[in-house]
Amino acid sequence: MKRLATTAELEAMANRVRQGIVTGVFHAKSGHPGGSLSCADLLTYLYFNEMNVDPQNPTAEDRDRFVLSKGHGAPALYSVLAHMGYFPVKDLETLRHIGSYLQGHPDMKRVPGVDMSSGSLGQGVSAACGMALAAKIQKKGYRVYCMLGDGEIEEGQVWEAAMFASHKKLDNLCLIVDNNGLQIDGKVEEVCSPYPIDEKFQAFGFEVTEIDAHNFEEMEKALNFARANQNGKPTVIIAKSVKGKGVSFMENVVNWHGVAPNEEQFNSAMQELLEGGNGDV
Amino acid sequence: MSELKKIATREGYGDELKKLGEEYPNLVVLDADLAAATKTATFQKAFPDRFFDCGIAEANMMSVAAGLAASGMIPFASSFAMFAAGRAYEQVRNSIGYPHLNVKIGATHAGVSVGEDGATHQCCEDIALMRTIPGMVIINPSDYTEARAAVRAAVEYDGPVYLRFGRLAVEQINTSPDYRFEMGKGVTLRDGKDLTIVATGLCVTEALKAAELLAAQGKDARVVNIHTIKPLDVGLMVKCAKETGTIVTVEEHSIIGGLGEAVCSALAENYPARVHRIGVKDEFGYSGPGAQLIKEFGLDSEGIAREILENVR
Ligand SMILES: Cc1ncc(C[n+]2csc(CCOP(=O)(O)OP(=O)(O)O)c2C)c(N)n1
Repeated sequence: MKRLATTAELEAMANRVRQGIVTGVFHAKSGHPGGSLSCADLLTYLYFNEMNVDPQNPTAEDRDRFVLSKGHGAPALYSVLAHMGYFPVKDLETLRHIGSYLQGHPDMKRVPGVDMSSGSLGQGVSAACGMALAAKIQKKGYRVYCMLGDGEIEEGQVWEAAMFASHKKLDNLCLIVDNNGLQIDGKVEEVCSPYPIDEKFQAFGFEVTEIDAHNFEEMEKALNFARANQNGKPTVIIAKSVKGKGVSFMENVVNWHGVAPNEEQFNSAMQELLEGGNGDV
Repeated sequence: MSELKKIATREGYGDELKKLGEEYPNLVVLDADLAAATKTATFQKAFPDRFFDCGIAEANMMSVAAGLAASGMIPFASSFAMFAAGRAYEQVRNSIGYPHLNVKIGATHAGVSVGEDGATHQCCEDIALMRTIPGMVIINPSDYTEARAAVRAAVEYDGPVYLRFGRLAVEQINTSPDYRFEMGKGVTLRDGKDLTIVATGLCVTEALKAAELLAAQGKDARVVNIHTIKPLDVGLMVKCAKETGTIVTVEEHSIIGGLGEAVCSALAENYPARVHRIGVKDEFGYSGPGAQLIKEFGLDSEGIAREILENVR
């Protein structure tokens, strides 16, 4: 479903989404800016231009589903949902506050538009398999998208899910690995390397494509390919990204995984993002 | 007690691990991509060759620890309580508990005081899970000093131990120079005759303050620190029930399966007495600053005192 016609519009929207992320995490005084910013472009594209969803009807039976298996990226998901119109953008300022529906990790019972609760790494992808299987059982045409972290795929459960998805021929399932190269304790390849990621998924029976996570044309191509694919194989898009993307002092700095900016850092981040332009979208 | 700076029990875990690393060459530490948060990074810096990051793969980590212990090492395996006790429960039960291997589990960020991360990270079930494993020792220290002492005691003991630490900085109460830690023994911190408050973890400080609030209302509460939840100091529980009647338990854990239920079972079988459990009711937590959530769940001194004045006969 194409809501934004041009790359410029997508870029402008992604930029707004990033402002929402930084705003939310700043007001929460905690949270995960790095991994939220790295998947901001992907989530923007998915919701605005790929998925068949309707903010006016968030629980429509035939909607496409999205599972943020790397649940700590909640600020990115919430910001995209808010900018889509599921709830007011202003509410992002209540992220993680007592009484707010915007819980630290996605909560499907409280947040309109969230299809699956997540936060414990490795579990969302299995839930996505369940959703894709339900579509097959019920002969429904909806598709299921699921975003994983490259650290997250160290969880054994991810590979149990991969085995399941390909054995059950879930070609309506599309996984996206946010391959920013960093986790909490350092570089993914130094902590306990899951590489080679592409060959592992190939061995598990997936269609594998690699893209630049900050390039909308490549996203469009990869997602078109996944949607057209009906050979029984699930697809995985390995998206090379930059952790902290868009806020220069956060980019590729492992420490920005799970801390909030102070006021000065917040102001400088917002200024940098505003200079990127909000466009006319 | 307020002059000393507040410090989290997980800091004590990291500091004592480093100390023990100097004394025990066969001590190794495993973590699952949370070294900075669990404080095993303190050990890692001192002994990089004896630190092994397992990545985000807690189930594997627990069984690897079992193998290390079966081969003469003393492994500490660390993650947040949610993932150490929750995600890897069955590995802990079957790889570590059943063969009674000498694995120490360092579980941090337990309870609701983990704060803003919300319900998915607020583990209020770990004590319950670990209590059901035969032979598992469970220690939930009340402050930094006790955390350090507990880590040392765990190494001196041969067998599986679950150590529960918090994220939040808490007051220091065990500051006396002749402080001694004895695994399995409760500590009476304040005498009283009207009732006994039996607390564990960060609730001990709150219970002590609650006792002062109660004193102002004419209620004389005894306060007992139960750092070792299993094996429980049954003798002390019976003694308190005999001497003060009502027992009130306080824990940053579900009232189902935790300290409160352990005390209930012990007394039901040995000396039936009225027990009132204060803890997280049968519900999930939610996001918010940790200290504020302690208040929200009625686990702070005022909440404890209020509950006792209003609902305990
Ligand atoms: C099962 C589980 N173990 C540990 C954690 C704590 N944790 C949260 S985020 C994170 C690192 C995630 O790294 P990655 O998947 O690469 O995410 P990104 O870099 O994209 O933020 C960890 C270990 C968790 N949420 N769930």
